[in-house]
Amino acid sequence: MNKIVEKEFFSENVCKIVIDAPEIAKSRKPGNFVIIRLDEKGERIPLTIASSDVEKGTITLVVQRVGVTTAKLLAMESGDTIHDVAGPLGKATHIERVGTVLCAGGGVGVAPLLPIVEGFKKAGNKVVTVLAARTKELVILEEQMREFSDEVIVMTDDGSYGKKGLVTAGMEEVIQREKVNLSVVIGPAIMMKFAALTTKKYNIPTIASLNTIMVDGTGMCGACRVSVGGKTRFVCVDGPEFDAHQVNFDEMLQRLGAYKKEEAEAYERYLKTVQ
Amino acid sequence: MENIAEYLKEERSQPWRDELRKSMKAKERTSIERVHMPEQDPEKRSHNYLEVNLGLTEEQAITESHRCLDCPDPTCISGCPVGINIPKFIKKIEARDYMGAAVVLKETNALPAVCGRVCPQEVQCEASCFYTVKLKKPAIAIGNLERFAADYERNSGNISVPEVAKHNGIKVAVIGSGPAGLAASGDLAKFGYDVTVFEALHEIGGVLKYGIPEYRLPNEVVDVEIENLRKMGVKFHTNFIIGKTATIDDLRKEGYEAFFIGSGAGLPRFMNIPGENHIAVYSSNEYLTRINLMHAADPEYDTPILKGKVAAVIGGGNTAMDSVRTAKRMGAERAILVYRRSEKEMPARLEEVKHAKEEGIEFLTLHNPVEYEADEQGRVNKMRLQKMELGEPDASGRRRPIPIKGSEFDIDVDLVVVAIGVSPNPLIPHSLPDLKMSKWGTIIVDKETMQSSIPDLFAGGDIVRGGATVILAMGDGRKAAAGIHKYIQEKVASK
Ligand SMILES: Cc1cc2nc3c(=O)[nH]c(=O)nc-3n(C[C@H](O)[C@H](O)[C@H](O)COP(=O)(O)OP(=O)(O)OC[C@H]3O[C@@H](n4cnc5c(N)ncnc54)[C@H](O)[C@@H]3O)c2cc1C
Ligand SMILES: Cc1cc2nc3c(=O)[nH]c(=O)nc-3n(C[C@H](O)[C@H](O)[C@H](O)COP(=O)(O)OP(=O)(O)OC[C@H]3O[C@@H](n4cnc5c(N)ncnc54)[C@H](O)[C@@H]3O)c2cc1C
Ligand code: SF4
Ligand code: SF4
Ligand code: FES
Repeated sequence: MNKIVEKEFFSENVCKIVIDAPEIAKSRKPGNFVIIRLDEKGERIPLTIASSDVEKGTITLVVQRVGVTTAKLLAMESGDTIHDVAGPLGKATHIERVGTVLCAGGGVGVAPLLPIVEGFKKAGNKVVTVLAARTKELVILEEQMREFSDEVIVMTDDGSYGKKGLVTAGMEEVIQREKVNLSVVIGPAIMMKFAALTTKKYNIPTIASLNTIMVDGTGMCGACRVSVGGKTRFVCVDGPEFDAHQVNFDEMLQRLGAYKKEEAEAYERYLKTVQ
Repeated sequence: MENIAEYLKEERSQPWRDELRKSMKAKERTSIERVHMPEQDPEKRSHNYLEVNLGLTEEQAITESHRCLDCPDPTCISGCPVGINIPKFIKKIEARDYMGAAVVLKETNALPAVCGRVCPQEVQCEASCFYTVKLKKPAIAIGNLERFAADYERNSGNISVPEVAKHNGIKVAVIGSGPAGLAASGDLAKFGYDVTVFEALHEIGGVLKYGIPEYRLPNEVVDVEIENLRKMGVKFHTNFIIGKTATIDDLRKEGYEAFFIGSGAGLPRFMNIPGENHIAVYSSNEYLTRINLMHAADPEYDTPILKGKVAAVIGGGNTAMDSVRTAKRMGAERAILVYRRSEKEMPARLEEVKHAKEEGIEFLTLHNPVEYEADEQGRVNKMRLQKMELGEPDASGRRRPIPIKGSEFDIDVDLVVVAIGVSPNPLIPHSLPDLKMSKWGTIIVDKETMQSSIPDLFAGGDIVRGGATVILAMGDGRKAAAGIHKYIQEKVASK
């Protein structure tokens, strides 16, 4: 049982949640995630640890509402308890000083990108961040990203905010104008696929943090498996970060859709219960 | 060994046993037919998750207990990895002292209700029974009787809590709450240690909870045993991953004097054939975990699971059998077991094979998948199979399967579960660079004390054996508890 000690909405669908978890706070490193289960009947979902406070014994999550579990989590209040929080899981991000780092995030990927942007900035890199969304309302964490980025470029599909275009257009713009030593991309599989293709053209080493479906998060089930360089790897223990140029994003994209129908039905049912 | 033989002899010569032996002629005993445990109707049970085996009635248990000859040299005991005093507990049943029978079981086995249900008796105790070896008749139903006595005790609501030595305040950590960890923690508590079990998942029980299905081993049976350990003072810490949440070193700093690692063999193997990452191709661990641990079959729970009309399960062990029977229960019209050797080589318990067949599971032996195809959404829709034939025996003594070239053909499937085995979970070894490991990724230990290459670290169960049985894991746990006890006593003495 872990208590929610603080909650703050960044936008309608994105919320910062601070949870009491002293042991995890102590051992976590940037890039690690936790698996949480809200209640006895809940599913286990992975969420990146955005930051932690060892003294207070808390970890901070930034959660975007996409389906039942994230919606239920966002509806919880300070003082409520989460039944299970397990972690820190996954390998830590390999953060070092490389020069200029181009970070690109879209959709659900923006939240897990935040601690990485912070990490690279604090390690003395120049960080340029590209945030992409379909439309203005869906741009999240811009302010938080600005805090740790030398520059933030916002891209929207419909041009309602920032520049009109896809994330790759924003990335190209930076690559054309200056030397980029490393790129980090996190977002929907389709976005990561095209972002990786873009950096590959310019031979820029690129890391993708994969957000596959998970169950245990300890390497026991294989739900999270992806093909990297033709080999099957488990995202929860071998990742979540991999060489983006080696990842089979098409396969990952399909596997992410495994429960689309079930998830949509569950969300409908959930909406009925809260209305 | 000498004193065990002495002890057994002494026990056997007690007046009550003498009397029982004399009460019926051996010939009469051997002429009784072996009982058959009542079961749920196959058609009905293949649509529910209730236990298949219903347990012996009191009358049946008594009849069966009469068959046992209370042999002067009870060979059955040598077939039991934890050396249960089998004739003694069976004679307690014959004397209608069922609670007494349960006490005998618990002298050496912390989870008799579990073992009575899941032990592969036909290759263990029952294989060495006088009836099997000498009389060439069906063995005494030792497992069924064990289950009877343990269930009787549990249902009496009056479970005996083993006596615990005076608390010595010395902290010992047990990592993993499967049968190895539970057995170790029980014995360590008996010796008086302050025992904490750390478990990565949100439930206690390891494979007993996430792997073996409810219709074979109800969770309630396991929970009662865990409750008993709690009563003995064992503490449980769930959602705690050793090597991640804290390292062994962190725990040393917190004052833990010794460690037992029972982290199991939780890494699923795949065949690495094309299409194995398509949607609806599961590892058995994922498939069973979703259903058993996460209750995905129950609409009240949030975890989703894909259902199939034609489900194929690859493998021939208990895990494969559990997966294919589960797929049937999840509504598959055809549930097919695909195994590359013949039925004779299947490592699964005989009873499970029999039950599976009764439930309408199709057996496709001497076949092996070589490729999967998928529909536009990426969901598996075809499996290419290759026929196999048996060659010379391999290292395991089983005849080696050899592919028959050009024999490939396709069948339509929409759910596949790969149950071809597991490897040891590498999380802990990775966090301990000095730990000596075998090339199979198992922890190397001393066979008597279960001590690893790091003196305060002991290990047992699947992480040492690379996949075995519940009772072997428990046997290891008990040996390790004794090893830890000796280690700590010596350490304290030398201080
Ligand atoms: C290592 C890791 C770290 C993550 N960190 C964060 C984080 O810090 N903040 C955050 O908000 N989310 C994060 N995610 C994603 C998060 O786990 C999913 O959003 C969550 O599981 C969705 O659960 P749900 O029940 O609310 O939605 P569901 O009902 O499960 O899904 C709703 C929709 O979201 C899509 N979806 C489901 N799972 C994922 C996924 N893993 N990635 C992308 N799309 C998905 C589905 O296709 C579906 O369309 C992370 C995922 C991983 C693997
Ligand atoms: C589906 C299935 C059916 C089976 N059927 C039978 C049967 O009928 N009869 C039989 O005798 N055997 C059967 N077996 C085999 C038997 O279950 C195993 O041999 C036995 O459970 C091994 O016990 P264990 O204690 O070593 O490990 P496990 O039962 O695997 O338990 C290990 C525990 O350690 C935890 N853990 C792992 N890493 C960490 C960590 N770093 N920190 C904290 N905790 C950790 C895991 O989460 C797990 O709970 C079956 C196995 C399966 C999978
Ligand atoms: S524990 Fe297993 S092997 Fe031992 S007597 Fe019981 S059923 Fe037989
Ligand atoms: S060998 Fe068989 S008959 Fe003899 S004591 Fe053991 S169970 Fe009874
Ligand atoms: S989530 Fe189960 S193995 Fe990665």
